[in-house]
Amino acid sequence: MMNKSYFRGKVHCVTDTGVVFLSLKNLTRIGSDTMQILPMAKAEPFTSDKGYENGDVVELAALEEVVGEEVCCGGPPAPKSNPFEQPGYKLEHYIRAFMINEKSNVALVKTRLEFADHFGTLLARIGLNRDNYRVSPGLYGTGNPQTDSPVLVTANYKLTFNTLRKELGGQDCWILVLDTCGINVWCAAGKKTFSTEELVDQVIKTDLAEKVRHRKLIVPQLGAVGIAAHKVKLQCGFRVVYGPVRAADIPAFVENDMQATEKMRRVTFTLKERFVLIPVEFYNFSRKIWWLFPLLFVLSGIGPDFFNVGGAVERGLLSSAGVILGGILGGAIMPLLLPWLPGRSFSCKGAILGFIVSMIGMLLFPEVHVLDRAGLVVAVTAISSYLAMNFTGSTPYTSPSGVEKEMKLAIPLQAGAVVVATLLWIVSPFI
Amino acid sequence: MKSIRYLEGVATIALDRERCVGCEMCVNVCPHQVFQVVNNKAQFIDREGCMECGACATNCPVEAIQVDPGVGCASLIISRWLKGKNIPSKGCC
Repeated sequence: MMNKSYFRGKVHCVTDTGVVFLSLKNLTRIGSDTMQILPMAKAEPFTSDKGYENGDVVELAALEEVVGEEVCCGGPPAPKSNPFEQPGYKLEHYIRAFMINEKSNVALVKTRLEFADHFGTLLARIGLNRDNYRVSPGLYGTGNPQTDSPVLVTANYKLTFNTLRKELGGQDCWILVLDTCGINVWCAAGKKTFSTEELVDQVIKTDLAEKVRHRKLIVPQLGAVGIAAHKVKLQCGFRVVYGPVRAADIPAFVENDMQATEKMRRVTFTLKERFVLIPVEFYNFSRKIWWLFPLLFVLSGIGPDFFNVGGAVERGLLSSAGVILGGILGGAIMPLLLPWLPGRSFSCKGAILGFIVSMIGMLLFPEVHVLDRAGLVVAVTAISSYLAMNFTGSTPYTSPSGVEKEMKLAIPLQAGAVVVATLLWIVSPFI
Repeated sequence: MKSIRYLEGVATIALDRERCVGCEMCVNVCPHQVFQVVNNKAQFIDREGCMECGACATNCPVEAIQVDPGVGCASLIISRWLKGKNIPSKGCC
């Protein structure tokens, strides 16, 4: 059985009679999802009257024999190993093909996300593999990048890398991935791992000046915190052009002669953008407070008869529910309702939300001791306020001076509230 | 950001208009449209929108902008209070 596949290769030489020999080394298969290279022996000369010259890149169709039709058990064998596989290296699923030249190979990436990408995104968003979800730094390409194709700079957090490449369908671009220790552009720029030094380093390491004729690097605008454009120019000769905030605007930006509109430059914090941040907030919260629950059960059991097991269970569950409610309010509901909650400071927004919801909850359980109910309101308000305050780190608009100012006022109040709530909880069985 | 605002009167940013050469780099990098360039000189149009990220100061070729840059993150500030100024960056902030 024969299959038709499409290949791209470089012309090695052309004979007088028009027979074109392709350089076997450069032959890559294209037009197919599975990235596989034609077995070397099958790259045969072909005749052409198009006047090819040495070094021209040509695309051709070739017939490939499908082997292994007769099988004794199972299905036919899977394809042979990819020629780019090397002992000790792993070929990533998002690589479509390689561009080969004498000095180095450039990995060409797929621009459509696959199941593995979506699954990885899910895990990262929950917080499970967030700290080690990365791609190797270096130079990548989309489409068939040429010497005049734009160079886009990004971070090596895989979520960031995916966000960028999925916007580049049908475009010939270079992607220069900096080693930001697996952190997104904005946070890495703040931590100075997305930096002038790292950018210059990668430009030199990847031999970028040899691969492109122009001297322009498109850096995401939010990377500007870590990069000094004038220093990059001095150190490696490339001019930094700040691109749009969002990768989705890149095609329009490139088309618009690399001019960003005001809208492309403006940071947003929409409901959807806030929503995706919630699971990580929660994961971090639950990791920090798990020890609290056994403590609550012990505290809840203390009473006039020294330790009451029934009370420990009943009031333990009630107080745990209070902590969880405070967590949900401050960590999830407050971020969602952010623009609509009263006040500017986050701790204030969280406290108001916690207070209103716990007051309603208190009215729903009139049978609970009044001091317990008061304690729960105070505790839920404090926890909600504290978690809401911690959400400042996830937003793109809170200044450190502002956060410090609100914390100096809020933390003593929150701590005081926790003390009051604990006292009410301990005292209530005695009254 | 015009739609959601944070505390006012806290930003530490300062602009030395004498030094400014009107290159517009601050306008390009600011995520909150704090600057505007008029007659080849930058000026504030929304100083209270500043989140002190420091992008403008880093990219100003003549050092006309002064700001105490940082990340507005409560948990980072708490770690600093507890462990001292130079905590290594691990995970978030």
